[in-house]
Amino acid sequence: MSKFKKKKSGELPAVNTASLPDIVFMLLFFFMVATVMRQNTLKIQNVLPYADQVEKLDKKDLVMYIYAGKPSSRYQANAGTEARIQLNDNFASVNDVQQFIFSEREAKREELVPFLTTALKVDEETNMGLVSDIKQELRKAEALKINYTTKTGDAKQNMQ
Amino acid sequence: MARRSSPEVNAGSMADIAFLLLIFFLVTTTIETDSGISRKLPPMQEDEVEPPIIKQKNIFSVIVNRNNELLVEDEPMEIGALREAAIEFLDNGGGTGPEACDYCQGPRSPNSSDNPNKAVIMLVNDRATEYGTYITVQNELVAAYNHLRDRSARRLYNKSFVQMEEDYDNVNYSGNKETLKEQIEEIRNMWPQKLSEAEPKS
Repeated sequence: MSKFKKKKSGELPAVNTASLPDIVFMLLFFFMVATVMRQNTLKIQNVLPYADQVEKLDKKDLVMYIYAGKPSSRYQANAGTEARIQLNDNFASVNDVQQFIFSEREAKREELVPFLTTALKVDEETNMGLVSDIKQELRKAEALKINYTTKTGDAKQNMQ
Repeated sequence: MARRSSPEVNAGSMADIAFLLLIFFLVTTTIETDSGISRKLPPMQEDEVEPPIIKQKNIFSVIVNRNNELLVEDEPMEIGALREAAIEFLDNGGGTGPEACDYCQGPRSPNSSDNPNKAVIMLVNDRATEYGTYITVQNELVAAYNHLRDRSARRLYNKSFVQMEEDYDNVNYSGNKETLKEQIEEIRNMWPQKLSEAEPKS
């Protein structure tokens, strides 16, 4: 009879962690797939405004990015606190925009050039003066397709 | 020779390695927001071109000042009312004869727009207007157009306009894409987005 008696020990059995790697790998694969490596290091504050009438920008290779906003705190000593334009990895002035568009076009295959879109990633606190200067330069460079990149949400949040 | 059984690989540290990678990807991940309001800029014009004459009643002026306040048709307005006001203006259809609009459902007031094809929304900013406000205004105006397009799409084809555009982009769409394209074009022509932006005042 005592053969079937279980040994009773006071300790709790250890939690089986054999499936932990599987779980972690699952998460890992999710993040690996979902990750988009940033193309540019941002040197400016870039809090995008909200909008709800948005269209998706697919075909990432056909998008040129222009950033604008106040320089981040670590660059303020050199770049000042006024809103600036960032092209690729550097601060730029309004006059550089056309050159940037032309060099981006140069890098693309010729048949794709008409489909290029310029995405304006502008901080919500920027003044419209800078944005219209950029738009004016884009008109001069004949890059007429633009997209104001926004976060998706209720647009009235911008006004608060 | 006795077959030596190969020793089992110790997988105990696998979790650690995976964790390390996981944390790396967690930190580097930025879920990019690549959606926004698409617009088309007007091409550069030569100075000699005379601007076309537009009747005052066909212009819906929206002015945003440096304090981010709105002046719509010479009346101050809260942003929440802008969409309704724009819809009412575009949908008015006050024209008669060849300018009549048979799909408008507005009050047909003679003091507002004749026809959606004639109606122009004019947006004027101050240079000191905040970009966030500008986007909000743009969003509301685009929403007005989208609302009207949607209404026509539902009436004519029993489908929302967004759905039609989605179907058109969908590779697996079963219906006829040619007719769908014509339908989309038709609705776009019914409600053309005539949104003119003046150079900002200093």
